[in-house]
Amino acid sequence: MMNGTWKVDARDGKLAMAHIYVAFVALALGGLAGLLQVLVRSGKFELPAGISYYTILTTHGVLLGLVLTTFFIIGFQFAAVSRTAGTLSDRVRFWGWVGFWLMTIGTAITAFYILIGEASVLYTFYAPLQAHAGFYIGLTLVVVGSWVSGFAMFAHYAKWKKAHPGQVSPLLTFMSVVNMVLWLVCSLGVAATVLFQLIPWSLGYVDRINVLVSRTLFWYFGHPLVYFWLLPAYMIWYAIIPKIIGGKMFSDSLARMSFILFLIFSIPVGFHHQLVEPGIDPAWKYLQVVLTFMVVIPSLMTAFSMFATFEMYGRSKGATGLFGWLRKLPWNDARFFAPFIGMLFFIPAGAGGLVNASHQLNQVVHNTIWVTGHFHLTLATTVVLTFFGAAYWLIPHLTGRVMTKAMNRLAIIQTIVWSIGMIFMSSAMHFAGLLGAPRRSAFSTYGDAPQALEWIPYQIAQAVGGTILFIGIILVLIIVTNLAFFAPKGETEFPVAEVAEQAERTPLVFENWKLWIGIAVVLILIAYTVPFIDMIQNAPPGSKGFKLW
Amino acid sequence: MHMHKYEKIWLFFGIGSLFVFLAVLGVGAFAQGTQPPSCLTTIDPEKVDQTPPFDKPGLIKTGDNEYQLNIVASAFAYTPNQVEIPKGAKVTINVATKDVIHGFEMAGTNVNMMVEPGYVSSYTQTFDKVGEYVILCNEYCGAGHHLMTAKVKVVEQ
Repeated sequence: MMNGTWKVDARDGKLAMAHIYVAFVALALGGLAGLLQVLVRSGKFELPAGISYYTILTTHGVLLGLVLTTFFIIGFQFAAVSRTAGTLSDRVRFWGWVGFWLMTIGTAITAFYILIGEASVLYTFYAPLQAHAGFYIGLTLVVVGSWVSGFAMFAHYAKWKKAHPGQVSPLLTFMSVVNMVLWLVCSLGVAATVLFQLIPWSLGYVDRINVLVSRTLFWYFGHPLVYFWLLPAYMIWYAIIPKIIGGKMFSDSLARMSFILFLIFSIPVGFHHQLVEPGIDPAWKYLQVVLTFMVVIPSLMTAFSMFATFEMYGRSKGATGLFGWLRKLPWNDARFFAPFIGMLFFIPAGAGGLVNASHQLNQVVHNTIWVTGHFHLTLATTVVLTFFGAAYWLIPHLTGRVMTKAMNRLAIIQTIVWSIGMIFMSSAMHFAGLLGAPRRSAFSTYGDAPQALEWIPYQIAQAVGGTILFIGIILVLIIVTNLAFFAPKGETEFPVAEVAEQAERTPLVFENWKLWIGIAVVLILIAYTVPFIDMIQNAPPGSKGFKLW
Repeated sequence: MHMHKYEKIWLFFGIGSLFVFLAVLGVGAFAQGTQPPSCLTTIDPEKVDQTPPFDKPGLIKTGDNEYQLNIVASAFAYTPNQVEIPKGAKVTINVATKDVIHGFEMAGTNVNMMVEPGYVSSYTQTFDKVGEYVILCNEYCGAGHHLMTAKVKVVEQ
């Protein structure tokens, strides 16, 4: 299956590293913004020099939710396809660089308008709040850049398929392609609202905007976006972690099947972000709730697969008893430890997600800080710790260095620091949210309302947790800088797992793209066509733009 | 495709409980009528002040122990911002916005809805407990977002 390329070509490595540098710069700046936010919300600290809380909040969301994730993911995937499907052709690499620069320039433009205070609209930029057109144009470049990179990956995959007729593609390449297809299909929604609604409206070519249509297009994109973040973490769990622990992959076919299920079920679900809003019939909301919950199935499969891998490995090392295999796992290897802790956090994270997407329960937590607590478990712990764990071998592999024992120890400490910080911050957010504390709001006692005063201790706990997390960010930046520039020269492996002997041959049906994309499109049409037509036919007068910050 | 026996058991119980859960949500929604706020009424966002019932916002008695509470949201206030509700009252709350998207959350209750320009948001709630509830905007609406608040007092009849 593998074609003998054990090391990522240096030119491909450079492309991947460029993305990773931007990702970690975003982490540094976005993390600083996060620290300022938790301090403000404790009520004990005010931002100096008239800086607005909401400018900081927009910066935090855009840098960590969009920039860190997208750049790391695309960098990682370029490395993964180069490693498993062979060195990129000059043309593919060229387009990879075009994508990188489009995204980087777009990020810079967007960041500029946020920082001069022309775009304090948060990273969801709901109309009719109207940012400077430059904010939307910058974001468009980021998305277009990611499309260019996606097509570069598709071209690389197609070339591999042509050279290997009738063969099953390498798993990591297959998974990267699924993730970029998912991204492409879902980002059409946000592209539609930005290109056809927000940009013409912010430039003054049209006066009014249909707010509900814009939100619906945004959330058509907004939920699959979180799966675009999650799937690379799943790639690392399925295809890389087994190798790191010295074991084998439980099943290649089941891994592919779970990715296909994600592709099908993660898009027609945006209404579960719009459950408490007017203008959408509740029966359509319920249909999308049901579709939302279908992604539980591939996640259950993933959980089974991972723990089966761990147990099989432990038993092969002579573990006995029900849980004896746990002791055989390489706990002192940060490449395993960080993603493993991420997996554990996914258990409460997933459970909270079920609450959020529930037809009725959503009303209890919608737009409370519970939701912020939720995605700081999913994205900011499960996904991010997995990415950190991957960075610990990916960066030295690409820069021709090795991670020292001291750095590995620091990485273990980093994971523990992160976990402690997140337990404080996220738990406090969940509890305060249940009491009604809102998300995305500066410190306020709401006219000294007794209820609001009850939230303050939780907000102080958030500040404690957030501060610990910021220490975690400093630690990971030290490690990443060391691995990129200062670690001793040497060879580091890019681990890719082999499939266990007893697993069956993988059928080719998983690469029948017409079939899977076709099913995804049909589900999208079923879930969205009628309510979308309703929205347009029964549309109220549109809204003019407002700049209220 | 072959699946391990344990995986079959795991998925059977996992997917089984998923469908039980979805059935519970569905029965709650369609048989018992517990739907999330999904009012389909539209309104001209620039004429909220002239459109009944928002031309005279406030609490109106509509029946025996039944009330309508009409509230106008705008950056960064609710009108009215102080309301007294008799204990045990069944209140249909209607909210409309004059400018951007706002939230309408009454902390400590299930009243929680998005308020979007062009639409009326509506939800019916019975107030069985005496006390003071804070209403706040939970969707970012601008610089004064965190100052946008109102108060509801549930009092003995």
